[in-house]
Amino acid sequence: MAHDTSFTNQNFKVVGTRVNRPDGMDKVTGRAKYGADLSAPGQLVGLFLRSPHAHARITKIDTSRAEKLSGVKAVITSADLPDLTNGAQLDVLENCMARDRALYDGHAVAAVAAIDQQTAKKALKLIKVSYEILPHVTDVDEAMKPGAPIIKDNIFTSGVDPKPKKPSNISKVSEFGHGDIDAGFKAADVIIEKSYKTEQTHQGYIEPHACLATVGPDGSGELWVTTQGHYTYRTACAALLGMDIAKLKVTSSEIGGGFGGKTHVWVEPIALALSRKANRPVKIVMTRDEVFRATGPTCSTSMDIKIGARKDGTITAASSVLRYQNGAFPATWAMLGAMTSWACYDLKNVHSIGYDVLCNRPKTAAYRAPSAPMAAFGVESTMDLVAAEIGMNPVEFRIKNAAKEGTRASYGPTYGPIGIGPTLEAAKNHPHMKAKLGKNQGRGMACGFWFNFGGQTCVDLNIGSDGTVNLALGTVDVGGARASMSLIAAEELGIPYEQVKANVADTSSLGHNDTTEGSRGTFSSGMATIFAARDAIEELRKRAAMMWDIPVEAVEWAEGEASAVGSEHGNLPALSLADIAKRAASTGGPIAGHNEVVADGAGVSFASHICDIEVDPETGGTKVIRYTVIQDAGKAIHPDYVEGQFQGGAAQGIGWALNEEYIYGDDGRLQNSGFLDYRIPVCSDLPFIDTEILEIPNPNHPYGIRGVGETSIVPPLAAIGNALSNAAGVRMDHTPMSPPRILKAIEEANG
Amino acid sequence: MRYEAPTTTKEAVTLLAKEKGKAAVLAGGTDLLVRMKMGISEPDLIVDIKHIPAMNAVKHSATGTKIGAAVSGAKLVKNKAITKAWPGVVEATNLIGSDQIQGRCTMVGNLCNASPAADSVPAMIAAGAKAVVVGKTKRRTVAVENIATGPGKTSLAKDEVIEAITLPKRPRNSGDAYLRFIPRTEMDIAVVSAGVNLTLQKGVVKTARVCVGAVAPTAVLVPDAAKAIIGTKLDADALANLAAACSAACNPIDDKRGTIEYRTKVAGVLGRRAAEIAFKRAGGA
Amino acid sequence: MSGVLVDTTVNGDPVQFACPTDEVLLDSLRDRVGLTGVKEGCGTGDCGSCSITLDGQLVCSCLVLGVEANGRKIDTVEGLSDDNTLHPLQEQFIEHAALQCGICTPGFLVAAKALLDDNASPSEEEIRYALAGNLCRCTGYDKIVRAVQAAAKQMRKKK
Repeated sequence: MAHDTSFTNQNFKVVGTRVNRPDGMDKVTGRAKYGADLSAPGQLVGLFLRSPHAHARITKIDTSRAEKLSGVKAVITSADLPDLTNGAQLDVLENCMARDRALYDGHAVAAVAAIDQQTAKKALKLIKVSYEILPHVTDVDEAMKPGAPIIKDNIFTSGVDPKPKKPSNISKVSEFGHGDIDAGFKAADVIIEKSYKTEQTHQGYIEPHACLATVGPDGSGELWVTTQGHYTYRTACAALLGMDIAKLKVTSSEIGGGFGGKTHVWVEPIALALSRKANRPVKIVMTRDEVFRATGPTCSTSMDIKIGARKDGTITAASSVLRYQNGAFPATWAMLGAMTSWACYDLKNVHSIGYDVLCNRPKTAAYRAPSAPMAAFGVESTMDLVAAEIGMNPVEFRIKNAAKEGTRASYGPTYGPIGIGPTLEAAKNHPHMKAKLGKNQGRGMACGFWFNFGGQTCVDLNIGSDGTVNLALGTVDVGGARASMSLIAAEELGIPYEQVKANVADTSSLGHNDTTEGSRGTFSSGMATIFAARDAIEELRKRAAMMWDIPVEAVEWAEGEASAVGSEHGNLPALSLADIAKRAASTGGPIAGHNEVVADGAGVSFASHICDIEVDPETGGTKVIRYTVIQDAGKAIHPDYVEGQFQGGAAQGIGWALNEEYIYGDDGRLQNSGFLDYRIPVCSDLPFIDTEILEIPNPNHPYGIRGVGETSIVPPLAAIGNALSNAAGVRMDHTPMSPPRILKAIEEANG
Repeated sequence: MRYEAPTTTKEAVTLLAKEKGKAAVLAGGTDLLVRMKMGISEPDLIVDIKHIPAMNAVKHSATGTKIGAAVSGAKLVKNKAITKAWPGVVEATNLIGSDQIQGRCTMVGNLCNASPAADSVPAMIAAGAKAVVVGKTKRRTVAVENIATGPGKTSLAKDEVIEAITLPKRPRNSGDAYLRFIPRTEMDIAVVSAGVNLTLQKGVVKTARVCVGAVAPTAVLVPDAAKAIIGTKLDADALANLAAACSAACNPIDDKRGTIEYRTKVAGVLGRRAAEIAFKRAGGA
Repeated sequence: MSGVLVDTTVNGDPVQFACPTDEVLLDSLRDRVGLTGVKEGCGTGDCGSCSITLDGQLVCSCLVLGVEANGRKIDTVEGLSDDNTLHPLQEQFIEHAALQCGICTPGFLVAAKALLDDNASPSEEEIRYALAGNLCRCTGYDKIVRAVQAAAKQMRKKK
C-alpha cells in the first residue's frame, strides 16, 4: 500500500525529547554482545596469512605441512573457493582471498581454522607461499601516468568515448556540471586555481571486524557478525559461496563503530568457508594490524580546483578535477567527489570531472559522507582564497553564492528547501564568530554537503498482551536507532516511550533491509516505523469496534486510546492500547503492524563549521581551541544523538585534517598499521564541540527527517586549513596538516 | 615459553645465564608484550622481576636516590622527594604512554627497550643518572648514556639485568626539565625531545647537562649545548647558542614520525625551552 | 603448550583459571573467565578498551600476562555496579548520552573510576588527560567528559 510520505507539521509529544537509550544499560555494564563476544561449543579459531608484498604474482602455495599439524581442521586458499571468473562478485571474493596475484600489502592469501590461537598461528608459519614480486604503485598521480604498473588487466576506463583498447588504472571517468565554463572564467575579475592532496584515512572504529560462522553439512548456516548491513552480508556471502539466501541466517551483533567500513564483507565469507570445510563453528577476530592493512580505508586524492569571481563576490565559474585512489579494486568514489564538490553553491557555470584510479592499496570502503570531505577541502580552501583576493568576508562570500530552493545543483537535480543559507546565517551570527582570539590563534570556517539516502526498509511492530510494544528493525543501530524508532512508535501510538522496546531483527525474522549507510537509518526506518504504527492503529480501531460492537468508522485513535465518536456511541469509556491488547485472543488474534517501503525523497543536508586553532610557530604544533558545528537535521528525533553525530563527525574530520594518514614505504608496505602511529584524536586533543541543530523539514518525510550522520565530517578539513591560514599565515594544501608540513610552510613563507 | 618470577636479583640472573633459548626480562611489559603480540619477539623464557623486593624499592641516601627497576611510573610520581628534586626526570617518565601504561611502565624498561625516542632516557642522562647492573659474577655501575648502543640494542650481557637507577644528590639551586614534541597531546612516541639539567651559582649557570632524543640511534648528550649556557644567566645569545648546538648534534632519519629537517630544527627549540624551564626551577631569574 | 594455574580474585570473587604462559590477561578474562565486557580494540596498549584495575592500579589487560594475575585482585567493568545499583559513572554515561556504539565504554568507565578514586574534583583538563589512553571514535569525547564531570559531582554530594 502506498502511503503519503509528505511532511505534515505537528506538535510532537515524545519525538524531540532526550530519553535514555534502551541499549545503554547493557553497554555500561559490559553485557552488550559485540562481534567477538559470542562463542559456540567446539568453535575453532580462524586466522589469515597475508601478503607482505604490495604487488606479487602468487606462483605456488603449499599448505600441506599446515594441514598435517595436529589441531588444524581446515586450510583454505582461493583454490577452495568458487571460481567466479567474470561473475559480478568476483572482485569481492578476490579481495577476501587473493587468486593469482596479491594486490596490496595485507591481501589475504590463505586462512586456517584450528583448535586454538597458538595452533592456528603455528599453522600459518607452515604455509609456504612463493611470490614473484611485481612493480607496484601506491600514489594516485603516479598510477595515472603512462607506463605505471597496471593493477588489473581486465579494467578498461569506462565513461570515455571511444572505449579504450588497453587496460588502465583509471577505471572510470565521471563528469558533471552545466553552463559555459570558459565564458564564465572570461567574465571573472579574479581567478584562483590551486592543487591539493589528501592522504588516505581509515574509519578507525574501535571494534575490529569479528564474526562467528557455523555451516552444517546440509548447507544451512548462521553468521553472527559486526556489520552495518546484515542483509547485505547475507546476500554477498551466499552469492560468494553458492548458498541459498534463505538458508543463511545472519545476526548483527552490537556494532562497535563502522562509519562505512562495515558495509562490505572482508573475512566473513572465509569464516563460513572454513566452517563448511571443518564442519565446526569458526570464530574470526581481526587484529588491529589486519584492520588497517586489509579493510576499508577511504581514498587518498589529488585535486585541481579553480574558481572565478567578480569583484562583487559573484562566482562566475567553478571547476574541479578530482583524482581518487580506490585501492586495488574499482569503485566510484571520484564520481561521488565530483557530484558533491560544488553542491553548496548556486553556480551558472560549473564543471567537475572525477577519475577513479586503482593502486596497490587495500580495497576502499565508504567512510562517512564518502568522497565529500576531500573535495570540500579543495573547494572550501579555494573559496577562502577567492574571498581574500576580492577583499570580502569569507562568510559573506559564501552567503552570496549559497544554493537555495530552486537552485539547479551542480550534479543535476533542482533543490527543494535546503539548509546551506540558514547554516551560514547561523554561523555569521554565532557568538563564536565574534569571540576574541589570542596570539598565534586563527579562525576559519567551511561548509559541507551530503546527499542522504533512503532505500529498502521494513519494520514489524508487535503488540504484546499487556499493551507493550516490540519493534523489529532491520537497519543496524549505529547511532541510537533503537531509541529514535521507539520515540517515533510511541509518538504515533500515543503511548509513553518506555512502553516500546526496539530490537534489530536477524535476517530470517524480517524482510530485506538495505545497509545502514548514507545516513538512511532514521529517515527510512523512521518512515517505515510511522507506517507500521499507523497500520497497527487501523487494527486497534477494528478490535475496539469489535469489542464495542460498533462500526469501525465510529472509532477514533488519539492519545493512545480508542474513542467512540458520534452521538449514539458517546457514552462508551475509551479503550487504552492495553485494554484492547488484553482481549486480542478473542478479537482476532495478535495485533501487529507492518510496513515495507523503498524510502524515496531523502533530503539533502548542509553544514557550516567554525574552528579556532592555535599554532606553535616554532614547532608547527597545533591545538584546536574552539569548534562549532551548525547543521540542518530536518527534524531531530533525539537531539542528544543528533549532537553526538555532529560532534563525532567533526572529531573524525579534525583527526583527518591534522594527523591521520596511511604512510607507505618505498616498498609499498604500510608502515603505521596501529593506533600508535595512525593518530586518531585523543580526549586531550579536543575542546568541547558546540553544536547548533537547525530543523528545515524535508518535505518528503512525514516528520521532516533528513538524516544527520555524515555531513559533519565534510567541513573540518577546510575549516582547519582556513583557520591555520589565519593563525600562521600559511595556506596548507595537503592533509594531514601535520606539524612537519606546517613548520616547513612557515619557514618557506618566512624565506 | 616458561615464565619465572624470582624473588632475588641473583636468582634472576642465574635463570638468564642458564637459558639456552631466547630469554626476556619482564618489568612493566609495555614494550615486550607488544613485540610478542606483533610476533617480533618470541621468548623461550620470561623472567618477571616484579617479585624482587630490591627492584620495587625507592631508597634515599646521602649520595642520592636509588629507584628500583620495577618501580612503575605511577608509583614514581607519588614519591614527593623525587618529584621535588628531579621534576624533569619524573615528568619525562610520566610522559611514557597513558595512565594505563603508567601503571606498568618503568624507567629501566624504557631504557632497556633502547628506543632512541624513549622519554625518560634524555632526562636521566641530563640528570647524570647511573644504572646498577647486576650480572652472574659481578655488579657494575654504568652511566645511563652507555646503556643503549643503538635502536633495540644495549651494552648489557645476556646474564645481566639493571637492578636500579641512581640519581645523584641534588646541590642547591638546581633544576631539570624535559620536553618532547608529539603531534597529538598524548599517546604518541616522541618525534624529538630534549632534557636539560643545570645548577646555578649566584644566578649564573655553573654546571649543565643537555641531552636530545629521537634525533640519532641513541639519545645524545650534547656537551657543546651545556658549554653554551655555562657561565651565563641564560640570556638570549646563550639560548640561541644552546639551540644551535642541539641542532648540530642531531643525526636523525626521515621516518613516519618526522623528517630530518624537522627533527634538527625542533631539537634546538625544545633544548632552549627546556633550559628556560630548568633555569626557572633552579631559582634563576 | 605449557599451561599454568592462576589463582586470582575477580570483582571480589575467587576465580581460578588455567592458561598458557604467553597468553595475555585480556584473553584469559574474555575466553576463560567469560568477562567479555573487557574489549580488545588494538592489543597493543594504544586504545584502552581492555582497561581493568590490577590491585587497584589501572592497566591495559592486553599488556599483562594472564599468569601475572596470580594472587592478585582484578576489577573489571562487570564489577562496577553493586547489586541493582549502577555506579554514578554508569548512570551519568547513560544520562548524558556519553556512549554511541559502546565498545569503548567499559574501558572509559574503568579509567574514569580510577581517576575519580584518586581525584574527587578533577578539572576538565585533568579529565581529558586522564582519559587520553582511551580512544573513542564516535563521540568526539564531548559528552564523555561531561558525564565524568557530572558523576564526580554526584559522588562528591554522596560523601
